[in-house]
Amino acid sequence: MTVAAPAQRATSVPPWRDLRVLRIVAQLVALGLVLLAAYVLWTTLAQNMAAARLSVGFEFLRARAGFDIAQSVIPYSPSDSYGHAFLAGLINTLMVGFVGIVLATILGIFVGVARLSSNWLLNRIASGYVEIMRNTPLLVQLIFIYVVLLQLPTVSNSIALPGSIFLNQRGLFMPRPVADTGYWAWLALILLGVVLAIAGSLFSRSRRERGQPMYRLGRLTLLAMLGLPIVGYVFLQPLTFDMPVQERFNFVGGVVLSPPFVALLLGLIIYTAAFIGEVVRGGIQAVRRGQLEAAYAIGLSPAQTLRLIVFPQALRIIVPPLTSQYLNLAKNSSLAIAVGFPDLFSVTRTMANQTGAPVSVIVLVMSTYLAISLFTSLLMNIYNRRVQVLER
Amino acid sequence: MTAEGERWVRPTIGERLPPPIEPVGPRAWLRQNLFNGWVSSIVTVVLGSVLIMVGFLIAEWAVTDARWGVVTSNFRLFLIGQYPADEAWRVWLALLIASVLTGVSAASTASRATRTLAAGLAAGQALLGLLAASSDLGPLVGLAIALNAIAVWAVFLGALRFPMSRRVRTIAWIVAVPALFVLLQGIGGPLLRLVPTNLWGGLLLTFLLSVGGIVLSFPFGVLLALGRRSNLPVVRVLSTVYIEIVRGVPLVTILFMAAILLPLLLPGGLRIEHVFRALAGITLFSAAYVAENVRGGLQAIPTGQIEAANAIGLNAIQRNLYIVLPQALRSVIPANVGLFISLLKDTTLVAIAGTGLLELLGIGRAVVAQPAWIGAQIEVYVFISVVFFFLCYAMSQASYRLEEEMGVGKR
Amino acid sequence: MSRAALVSLALGALIMGACTTAPPPEESPGPSGELLAAIKARGQLICGVNGGLPGFSFLQEGTGAWSGFDVDYCKAVAAALFGDANAVDYRQVGTDDRGPALQTREVDVLIRNTTWTLTRDAQWGLFAPTTYYDGQGIMVRAEVGADSIEDLGGATICVQSGTTTELNLADAMAAAGHEGNYTTSVFPEVDPTYDTYESGACDVVTSDRSQLVSRRTAMADPSAHVLLEDVLSKEPLGPVVPFGDEQWFNVVKWTVFATIEAEELGITQANVAEMQNSDNVLVQRLLGTDPDELQGTRLGLDNDWVVDVITAVGNYGEIFERNVGPNTPLGLDRGLNNLWTEGGLIYAPPYR
Repeated sequence: MTVAAPAQRATSVPPWRDLRVLRIVAQLVALGLVLLAAYVLWTTLAQNMAAARLSVGFEFLRARAGFDIAQSVIPYSPSDSYGHAFLAGLINTLMVGFVGIVLATILGIFVGVARLSSNWLLNRIASGYVEIMRNTPLLVQLIFIYVVLLQLPTVSNSIALPGSIFLNQRGLFMPRPVADTGYWAWLALILLGVVLAIAGSLFSRSRRERGQPMYRLGRLTLLAMLGLPIVGYVFLQPLTFDMPVQERFNFVGGVVLSPPFVALLLGLIIYTAAFIGEVVRGGIQAVRRGQLEAAYAIGLSPAQTLRLIVFPQALRIIVPPLTSQYLNLAKNSSLAIAVGFPDLFSVTRTMANQTGAPVSVIVLVMSTYLAISLFTSLLMNIYNRRVQVLER
Repeated sequence: MTAEGERWVRPTIGERLPPPIEPVGPRAWLRQNLFNGWVSSIVTVVLGSVLIMVGFLIAEWAVTDARWGVVTSNFRLFLIGQYPADEAWRVWLALLIASVLTGVSAASTASRATRTLAAGLAAGQALLGLLAASSDLGPLVGLAIALNAIAVWAVFLGALRFPMSRRVRTIAWIVAVPALFVLLQGIGGPLLRLVPTNLWGGLLLTFLLSVGGIVLSFPFGVLLALGRRSNLPVVRVLSTVYIEIVRGVPLVTILFMAAILLPLLLPGGLRIEHVFRALAGITLFSAAYVAENVRGGLQAIPTGQIEAANAIGLNAIQRNLYIVLPQALRSVIPANVGLFISLLKDTTLVAIAGTGLLELLGIGRAVVAQPAWIGAQIEVYVFISVVFFFLCYAMSQASYRLEEEMGVGKR
Repeated sequence: MSRAALVSLALGALIMGACTTAPPPEESPGPSGELLAAIKARGQLICGVNGGLPGFSFLQEGTGAWSGFDVDYCKAVAAALFGDANAVDYRQVGTDDRGPALQTREVDVLIRNTTWTLTRDAQWGLFAPTTYYDGQGIMVRAEVGADSIEDLGGATICVQSGTTTELNLADAMAAAGHEGNYTTSVFPEVDPTYDTYESGACDVVTSDRSQLVSRRTAMADPSAHVLLEDVLSKEPLGPVVPFGDEQWFNVVKWTVFATIEAEELGITQANVAEMQNSDNVLVQRLLGTDPDELQGTRLGLDNDWVVDVITAVGNYGEIFERNVGPNTPLGLDRGLNNLWTEGGLIYAPPYR
């Protein structure tokens, strides 16, 4: 006897329980809510801004700025436009960020290695330094350094250092090199030296990897890279110097590192180096002990081990958190307003209040910082991919 | 030379050497750690002498030259800002209530980390009371604050002996938070005179901004993290865009935006005090960072958990609420404590972002501008740094303990 | 975490969220009259002031006592509204934040040594009559021996950001032939500007002359600093109200005029009580003792509001003498700020 199996008809799920429908509906609702909220906020904003005689749009960028920027990399005068002022602030920020990142990395590597040193005193000092930096706010550190720098003597009592360098509360005044007759020839000589050094190191690396003798070629070309410019400088006289001369109020001539700039740079470097040191330490400690033991076993010195074995492997672990520290440094440079350095945020604060278009200014500055962050993380991600791919 | 395939065996047994003497004792320690070779010795000598010199200079300055009066005679300003002096008792009362509640909550888990927290709280208040007694607040207030410390410890021990149910504790917190706010702001009338929030300042404002910021941003951060991992593309895109934008801009710009834009976004004449604008900015900012932390925790949850939850028929909300979030949030507590520490330090940015608020650093700068104390800047900033160091270091130590405990318990 | 705890956490967050807009919403000041109504309902005037300018608006840190020329005008407006000169909530506003404070209605009136310019008239708010006619000046150390702006080539100049001073400085230095031959140190707040100047990091500080005089009194050695003769610009200082309420604007405007008219008619803080019995028609009209003249009510105030104002702060001359006059540490002469009858610029339209 056969039992007829009940016909299994495909039952359709009603729409209000159908997951596919619910998903689409949920997304539409979410999107709708966000758009509604944006619309409501926008109309309120427009209404209030009209009542307060504020404007949107970016026409103000062409208006005359009228305010002065204490120091800028590009030439700027108060008769330039707001757009030009914005650019000056931006380039200031980029300069501080770039120099800060380079120097903080160098200091951070030192700190990280010092934290792992077998010398107890060095170890403890580095640890103390890291703890202090991590547990005090950056802003307080910046202002502290600035206040300390302001304790330097006044212009009339400047500290005169050898080489026509003067240190006082308005900054460090140094001679500025100016291009002279033999300048381009000298530059060509330096370039030649660099090319030789790169070629030499590539050559010696390829020979090392094949196990062939290197004849100390790398060191020779390094010597050439340093020696050529020095020789060239002596014989070609490529530079004259613009010396700072004390006049009635200030030193005129030369290049000056002002207290705001030095305070900002120093504060950012010292603060970020502590965090970079921790990242470097973590990366170095993550390299397996077996690698170290193998390196010692084949006779490499500790310095060689660090350079050839540990660092390349540690880099893979270091680069992602290093990226976020670089981004932090770039973002922290916006604290420059506290020490009077005219960076991007400082300039935009003045602009926001003088142009009568605060919303546009805020949108502009936030987009710029966002672009800087995205660009930096893009660069670092490319480097990261290179470092990761090297394995196997 | 061995032939191919032969093993080389040593022909004779070498002489037995005595076992190596492990050097012990202070001289050996010095030799190993400080004078281990030429470079190490030079480093030790140089660093040591620099350290001693600098230490002497600092100690000399701190004891003789420094004008610590700038701190003691403005202590009330540092602690509560421009809060009226005759209403200050409300702040001390609020401090008592908050620390008692913290003590009770700390007793609930009875782990070593919370014991550290309670001890730190008590010690901090005792220290505060001591400082306050010798400052312009007077010995009475100092005594009251020091008694806080005893109260915290007593309540902690009492709560260990007589534990309160979780329900009672949560209700206590939910009632306490608005109550404390009302106590501080006042509602008019002779007993609780209105103290507008723009007068709140100093350490009171620092705590308000940081604690309020992290508490308010936490739900948003969790929602954002869940949204970022959602499989609804719209929600995922919106969450990702928000998180990436907020993480790409500095906090000062967000605070500045909040200070200027928030009043313009509110309808009609709705006025919003500066404190709430800053709080909104901080909340928006830290929500994105909490989201990233929580996302890390969510990613660490084994897929098996989610599959099992689906298998026993939980829907998405139940799955998140009962299975995923509890595990994820517990594993990111150390990261979130780190976030709280940075938030505490970031409250100083309020002083320069055009909000007109004077938290601890802002009060410091205002105090330094007083004609009587011109030139006493270094003392003030050293004091502020020490306060922050104490708070942050204590919290990071508690966080280490917590990590250790959780690491031991985790599989 | 238990469900109850999570729900309570959410509830707690909601409550805290509600508290972020807890300050009672005020009436939306749209068309004329509603900002005034909102202020009256609040019972307190929110006055934006400087706080760091002895003689103009100064906050004594320890006692919390406010004093100064601008502060007195805040008190005058409060007395006009409520009869109580102490019904004022003083908010310190930085130079950079003046515009936003007015645009976002954060303050009811800004009496903060603010210069009246076209751009500000278009962007910030409605400017009440000038209470102090000033000009931009330059202060240097006496030992430098500079006589005028011509001698200031190469100097480092301290200036506050967001001020007309900052804008005028560039023009003035260019006119004196020092274009590009000077450096500026810009500060967003008053105190760092003068502290930096005093410490020697700046050679010169520039601002309104009255502000330079005021801050000089607070310096360690006032006699070591000298104001140069140059007056670089016109700086008419006065109160500002936000856009949107002409009635409120009229109240502030006529408070200023009332103090001026009182000095013209010889009404002082001391004699205002007996002046209420005067036969002078103008006095009667001003003090509201004439029952047929209802000027006060036309402004939305009590008819004898001027009596409250004069009783609280006195007339223009008394306010001037008390805060910045020759017998104060500032020692400023009336100069341009004298009544028009004495050859100055202080003039009030007829109170009728």
